[in-house]
Amino acid sequence: MSQATLSVSRTRHSLAPWARIAALAVCALLTLGPVIWTVSTSLRTPAEAFDLPPSIIPTNPSTEAYRGVFDQIDVWLLALNSTLVTALIAVGQMITAGLAGYAFARLEFRFKKPLFGLVLATMMVPLQVTIVPVFLVLKSMGLTDTLLGLIIPAFPTAFGTFLMRQYFLGMPKDLGEAAMLDGCGPWRIFRSVYAPLAAPGLAIVGVLAFNYHWNEFFRPLILETSGQNYTLPLGLVSLQGNLGTGSISVVLAGVVLSMIPAVAVFVVGQRPLREGITSAGVNR
Amino acid sequence: MTNTQIPAVRPKQPAAQPAPAPGPSTRDRGTRLLATLFLAPTIVGIVVFTVVPIVGSVVLSLFHWNVIDDPRFAGAANYREVFTDSTVLVSFGNTLVFMVFAVALQLLIALVLALAVNGRMPVWLRSVFRSAFFFPLVLSAASISVVMKYLFNQDFGVVNWLLGLVGVAPVPWLTSENAAMATVILVYVWQQFGFSFLLFVGGLNNIPKEVHEAASLDGATGLRKHLSITLPLLSPTLLVASVVGIINALQVFEQPYVLTNGGPGDATRTVVMVIYESAFEQLRFGEASAVGVLLFVLIMAVTALQFRLSRRFVHYQ
Repeated sequence: MSQATLSVSRTRHSLAPWARIAALAVCALLTLGPVIWTVSTSLRTPAEAFDLPPSIIPTNPSTEAYRGVFDQIDVWLLALNSTLVTALIAVGQMITAGLAGYAFARLEFRFKKPLFGLVLATMMVPLQVTIVPVFLVLKSMGLTDTLLGLIIPAFPTAFGTFLMRQYFLGMPKDLGEAAMLDGCGPWRIFRSVYAPLAAPGLAIVGVLAFNYHWNEFFRPLILETSGQNYTLPLGLVSLQGNLGTGSISVVLAGVVLSMIPAVAVFVVGQRPLREGITSAGVNR
Repeated sequence: MTNTQIPAVRPKQPAAQPAPAPGPSTRDRGTRLLATLFLAPTIVGIVVFTVVPIVGSVVLSLFHWNVIDDPRFAGAANYREVFTDSTVLVSFGNTLVFMVFAVALQLLIALVLALAVNGRMPVWLRSVFRSAFFFPLVLSAASISVVMKYLFNQDFGVVNWLLGLVGVAPVPWLTSENAAMATVILVYVWQQFGFSFLLFVGGLNNIPKEVHEAASLDGATGLRKHLSITLPLLSPTLLVASVVGIINALQVFEQPYVLTNGGPGDATRTVVMVIYESAFEQLRFGEASAVGVLLFVLIMAVTALQFRLSRRFVHYQ
């Protein structure tokens, strides 16, 4: 986790440090610029939304646009749907990935290798290739146009299972062996020894699931046909369709509202999120 | 990553003891039962929602079906149609062009920024930069595309206004066939480069600093050091970043759907958009499945090719 790993040998770097930092600052500004513009425009009155140059700090800050969003779409319902779907998927993935990861790491059973191979192979299968039959399977279960239809297929997670397997493999084996000598059965060893140690790994799985499914667009677009089952991203895009000209600040206010939980997860869950993404590269 | 370890829950047996009685002991049976229970949700889920659907896609691609009437066997007709339908062909071309430019740009930007962030600077500043480059990843591609649609508007968008300040005439970012794909790529790369960036930062931290010190003693500096030392040591990370980047890029949907809806003409229509449109707008499930199967084959082929090529270029420490 070294912050200063490479700094020792940098006495003769080709770029002066201040120039490098200035260039990085410009890049960071370009990266955050669209987000800053979104927030500031959402705080302008619809009439001033098109003003150029865009004033970063609105001259007459107004929450009119936010009231517009609540008038046009049922924000509370969409947010409730999104929260329900995302939270249940996150909890479900933590459970399924935790259990399966433990089984692959610490239990012995037949067909372990081929089953693990199957799990890994599904990481390669794009959702879009299977979406038509998945739609038909859900239709036969009567789950199209329901929130459950979004939730249940998302429970198994190949990447989460892989991550938790790595996590359990990293724990000392002696703990389980000691517990066994004390007379613990396999379930007790899992429940009392290893499961409590898995919390940080499970947090990674949960935060990754939250981030992905809060923002998910493709599956809800296909599965949810009636407005009362829409999630926030669908509501936002429909907000844009409803509008005539002149009130982009309303659309952007909607975008800001939907960003709030994602930003909250970024602030609170930044470390698990980063570790989850980094381990995608390092562990393979 | 090793599978060779001794199973944790099996009792240790002194070597002198006689061989265990035939048949599973109660404890082994307990372990197996537990394993079955623990794996059931994941394996059943994967079979029902991935394995069966893959087989289903292949079967469905051999039929004509609109959900309402009975399916009619079509043989290879759907595939023949795919190869003669100009929209589908164009969408495959668009997707490949998108993939090449999006992945190349994303890796290049991420690599340069990761190297720069790894240089000497205060710790707090480093974490500010890291967070900034990573931030777009937490936003939704759909809502970010809504925002970008306004920023890139030809008449009142901020991008053209900025360009106007330095005397560039307004660019039809989303409305001309040539510029639209470039815009979709820019928006996609803007949101995605943070992923490769994080991989590279992690990979760079894994390079032992002694390697760099040795190189400096030998007189290597700046760019030269990066090219002949950092890059080869980073090559396993580069491989992962490009494999993940390519698989993701071949599935692009939200950005072109929101920004241009595939237009102007078919200029930004991607394969996944075609799957979506033919299945869920035109109810041609057989044709959509055929396109899906071809996309799957394409992804497998590109990934396999990449691993083959990488044997020559990837160095493991």
